[in-house]
Amino acid sequence: MNPGAYFSRHAQVLVGSLGRIAQQPLAAFMTMAVIGVALALPLLLNVFLQNARAAGGNLTDAYDLSVYLDKKADTARAQALAKQLRLRGDVATVRVITADQALTEFRAASGFGKALDALQDNPLPDTLVVTPTLDAGTPQGTESLKAAIASMPDVQVVQLDTEWVKRLNAILEVVRHVVLLTAALLGVGVVLIVSNTIRLDILNRRAEIEVMKLVGASDGFTRRPFLYAGIWYGLGGGFLAVILVTLGTVFLSGPVAHLAILYGSDFRLEGLGFVSMLEVLGASAALAWAGSWLSVRRHIRAIEPT
Amino acid sequence: MIRFDQVYKRYPNGREALAGVSFAVASGELAFLTGHSGAGKSSILKLIALIERPTRGQVIVNDRNIAAIKARGIAQFRRQIGVVFQDHKLLHDRPVMDNVALPLIIAGVPRREIDKRVRAALDQVGLLGKEKSRPLELSTGEQQRVGIARAVVARPSLLIADEPTGNLDPDLAREVMQLFKRFSDVGVTVVVATHDVHLIESFDARRVRLSDGRVVAGEVPA
Repeated sequence: MNPGAYFSRHAQVLVGSLGRIAQQPLAAFMTMAVIGVALALPLLLNVFLQNARAAGGNLTDAYDLSVYLDKKADTARAQALAKQLRLRGDVATVRVITADQALTEFRAASGFGKALDALQDNPLPDTLVVTPTLDAGTPQGTESLKAAIASMPDVQVVQLDTEWVKRLNAILEVVRHVVLLTAALLGVGVVLIVSNTIRLDILNRRAEIEVMKLVGASDGFTRRPFLYAGIWYGLGGGFLAVILVTLGTVFLSGPVAHLAILYGSDFRLEGLGFVSMLEVLGASAALAWAGSWLSVRRHIRAIEPT
Repeated sequence: MIRFDQVYKRYPNGREALAGVSFAVASGELAFLTGHSGAGKSSILKLIALIERPTRGQVIVNDRNIAAIKARGIAQFRRQIGVVFQDHKLLHDRPVMDNVALPLIIAGVPRREIDKRVRAALDQVGLLGKEKSRPLELSTGEQQRVGIARAVVARPSLLIADEPTGNLDPDLAREVMQLFKRFSDVGVTVVVATHDVHLIESFDARRVRLSDGRVVAGEVPA
C-alpha cells in the first residue's frame, strides 16, 4: 500500500469514528465533560500557582539590601563604594542616601522633628540601597551578595529581610506538589474513564467486530476506530477543560484585581496562554488514547467469531 | 483445494463433533456437506475458516496446513475465503454498499475500485441498485444475497456457506444454489453445508454426507 492510501485510510477511520461519536451526542458529551472537569481542577490550581509566582517575582523590593556604612566614612567614601558596587555583575542599581538626606526623610516621616533638633550630631550613617539584578535576585544570590558587601571596608551592617520570601517560596513549593499530585490522580482518572467508555463501545459493537474478524480484519484494523474515538474523547475533554479554566480565570480576575489594588499593585490574573491550551489538548488526547488502548488491547482480542 | 485427513473435533463441553473425518474437495469444485443438524457440517466449516482448531488430524486449505497458521496469520488467511452465514451476519446500521465493501476496505482496496467491485458483486447476485438500502429494508432472500455478494466481492479462491438457504422458500433457495454453482463454474472452490437433500438433487456436485461426526457417504456423480 502506498503512503497516500495509508494516510487516506487512517483519515477515513478518524472521520468515521468522529461520526460515530456524533451519533450519540449526549453520551459522548458526558464522557468529555467528565474528562474536562477532571482536567480543569489541576489546571486551575496550576494557573493560580503560576500567578502567585509571578506576584512573588514582582516584589523585588524585598530583595533590596540596605548597606549601613561606618559613621567615620564620609559621603565621598559612600559615593566611591557605590561606584565600586555598580561595577559588579550581580548588582542592578545602587542608590546613595546620605546621612543628611536620611535625617530629612526621617524628620518628615516620623514626626519627631523637635526631638531631633535637640541632637547635636546626626545619628544616622550614610546608607546604600543595593538592588540585585533579576538573575541574582534569588535567595541564594542575594545571600552571597550580602556576604560580599559585608566584607568590604567601611561597611558596618548589611540588612536583608528575606525570611518571608523564603516562606512564600516554600509555600508555593508545597502547592506545586499538591498540583502535581492532583494532576497525576485525575490523569489516572481520565485514563480509566476513557477505558471504561471504550469498553462499553466495544461491547455495543460486538457483533460488528465479530463480522469484521470473520471477513479477515486484523486486530489492528479492528482496534483503530476505537483508538481514534479515544483521541476524540480526549480532544473534546481537553477543549472543555480549557473553556472551564478560562471561565474560572475570568470569574476570579475581578476579585483578584480588587485585592491587588488594595495592596497598591496593578497585578492582573494571567489565564492559560495559547501554547498551554495546545499542551492541554495534547496531554488530554494522549491520556484518552492510553485509556482506549488499555480497553482495546484486552476486549478486542477477547471477541472471536463462533 | 481442501483436504481433511482423520480430523477429530471435541468441544470443551465434551461433545465430539467430528470423529475421524476424511474427504477432499478439488479446486473449482462444488461440494455439498449434508446431514442432520449436529452431524458435524458446521464444525467442518468452522475448521476451514479457522474459527475453531481441530483436536486431532490434518486440515489442508488452499495447499496450506492450517495447523501452521498462527493467531497473527488468521486475518490474512480469512481474506482468501468468502463465508456465507445462515443468519447473514450483516451490519444493520450500515447500508448495503458498506456491508459488501467491508472485505475490500479491510484489504486496503482504493475507494474508486471499491465502488466498482461492490456494484459488480451486487450485479452478480441481482441486487444492483440496492446499494443505499439498509439490510432490514430488504427481504430475507435479498439479505442472504447481500451476504453472498460480501463473500465474493474480494474474489476469494474458496467460498463456504453454512445453511445459506435455511430461511428461504424453495424458489429462492434454488436461485441461491444456482448462484453458488455459477461461482464454481468460474473456478471458485465452493463448499455448502445444507440439510436440504431434495434441493441439491439436481446439482452436479460432490456430496459429503455426515452422520454423528463421521462421513457416511462421499460421492461424485458421474
